Amino acid sequence: MENMANRINTLFQKKKEKILSVFFTAGFPKLEDTIPIAVELEKSGADLIEIGIPFSDPIADGPVIQDSNKIALDNGMNLKLLLQQVKEIRKTVKLPILLMGYINPVMQYGIESFIKDSKAAGVDGFILPDLPMAEYEDQFKVLVEENELVNVFLISPTTSEERIRKIDGVSNGFIYAVSSSSTTGTKTGFTNEQELYFKKLSEMKLKNPFLIGFGVSNKETFTAVTKFATGAIIGSAFIKLLKSSSNLSTDIHDFVNNLN
Amino acid sequence: MSIYQVNEKGFYGQFGGAYIPEMLHPNIEELRLNYLKIINEPDFKTEFDQLLRDFVGRPTPLYFAKRLSERYKAKVYLKREDLCHTGAHKINNTIGQILVAKRLGKQKIIAETGAGQHGVATATVCALMGMECIVYMGQLDIDRQRPNVERMRILGAKVVPATSGNMTLKDATNEAMRHWINHPTDTHYIIGSVVGPHPYPDMVARFQSVISEEIKHQLSMEIGNPFPDYVIACVGGGSNAAGAFYHFLNDEHVNLVGVEAAGKGVNSGESAATTALGKIGVLHGSKSLLMQTEDGQVIEPYSISAGLDYPGIGPMHAHLFETGRVKFLSVTDDEAMNAGIELSRTEGIIPAIETAHAIAALQQMELDADDVVVINLSGRGDKDLETYIRWGKY
Repeated sequence: MENMANRINTLFQKKKEKILSVFFTAGFPKLEDTIPIAVELEKSGADLIEIGIPFSDPIADGPVIQDSNKIALDNGMNLKLLLQQVKEIRKTVKLPILLMGYINPVMQYGIESFIKDSKAAGVDGFILPDLPMAEYEDQFKVLVEENELVNVFLISPTTSEERIRKIDGVSNGFIYAVSSSSTTGTKTGFTNEQELYFKKLSEMKLKNPFLIGFGVSNKETFTAVTKFATGAIIGSAFIKLLKSSSNLSTDIHDFVNNLN
Repeated sequence: MSIYQVNEKGFYGQFGGAYIPEMLHPNIEELRLNYLKIINEPDFKTEFDQLLRDFVGRPTPLYFAKRLSERYKAKVYLKREDLCHTGAHKINNTIGQILVAKRLGKQKIIAETGAGQHGVATATVCALMGMECIVYMGQLDIDRQRPNVERMRILGAKVVPATSGNMTLKDATNEAMRHWINHPTDTHYIIGSVVGPHPYPDMVARFQSVISEEIKHQLSMEIGNPFPDYVIACVGGGSNAAGAFYHFLNDEHVNLVGVEAAGKGVNSGESAATTALGKIGVLHGSKSLLMQTEDGQVIEPYSISAGLDYPGIGPMHAHLFETGRVKFLSVTDDEAMNAGIELSRTEGIIPAIETAHAIAALQQMELDADDVVVINLSGRGDKDLETYIRWGKY
């Protein structure tokens, strides 16, 4: 077993640039695909894996991820099954794994069980976009930190500097910087205004590194944002690939390798 | 402060809050910091009151329903929200919110709608104020509520079909929230019920509270006492009930009754009786009671009334249910339809099918001859003619 440091913190200590985090929905396109997708991502050279917990009403997501949520739920995916799959993934995969999802399925599973069972399965952290910071501090923080897990908060271009500092203070892994005011997968490419925002973030000298997500879909956009950020997150573009893929192994390999 | 009102953290007991992604945080924060200040300004109050009077037609009558009273052996009064311009109480809230939006400097309005009443009320105030209006409506609801779709279009609104999920109210609300995430600065989202992240439930309840304010005043004039024995209102998300209960919440001797849609029966699997079937959960930005699976996936509700088929209730109502301040009953499709016909024939008023649920609750109550019962007649039945015709038993 590795030393007790969280895999996410270890990653950011070792690698200071061009970190690639890939998001996909658990149980999509087929129920059991979660496992081979994670395995292929590691083989292909991704640095971080974000697995989406499907939800019936994903309000921050655009059509591509909505569709993957629906298909995953129709396939019978749920949190209990996902944690079993993570255990399976952990038999070979060493990459840090984050679970990303809306708060309601987590609440129904039970907050304490969710945190402990995630730890036991080999999860390294969470991204829960509709969890208010105050509630995180009340009900999650102690358990998350005791279990040496990481919680990732989002910031957006409309987040005030004061609030960014506050989020930086509560964060213990990295910050998820959303590139534009939008739902996932709705925009691609970046404007000058967005680049100024990325630049401002990088000049804020936050204690946590930040990864940029939303609008990152290919080599060009990946290169553009990793000039400012430690890395980037790709979601919708990868989900699109999975949906149309007839050979997950080759397609994932090509997708990841075309980014660098 | 009343234990029934929202606290400084945005909660009613354990319900409420603002469970929103970061992208919506600035909008919600802007609203939270400004809404009370705005609605307490004298010029806001003047404009709001004047529009309610001259444009909406307030105060709406409190009508003593003589023949219905004889039938149920009690003194039954109907609060005639059905006589509001556009045919329901919904416009009280849209007038209030568009005045808030103007003062926040917003140029565009979005809204969600189920049956189309809130959509029409929003399109109406946007026309009145010359503001651009987009209404999200589930594709299924567009197909079954055609006249309201055309009313919105005549009023100049753009009606956008929500084609995600089951294509009804819940999905229209998701789409409106997504639109807001993508257009955060120039747009205000007029939510139609006492749902959504704080401060929406409180703001909408305040705009609807004119209903109970008037009831108190009118009852005083009519019977020399502002307190009825019962106030009855139907509950989908709960805006008309919030308005009808609001000024009675601290008058504990006034019995408050919320009526939910049981659809084909509470345990039939086709129901919208949230207090009976729901568990605590988070949807559309607040923690409340929610119809959901064991895994926390939201269940699509069913009711013959398109205005009651929402899988949750406002957090204020969840708290009123939990504290026992409001008693919740449920009424099936058939009971509601029969009550709609009954009201039509005893009082000459064809109610909205939502409202017919509140009328039907009379049959479940044990009333004394001198009990004063106020039913909030939240909307008229014009929009439901098709449903009445299809039901056919009259």
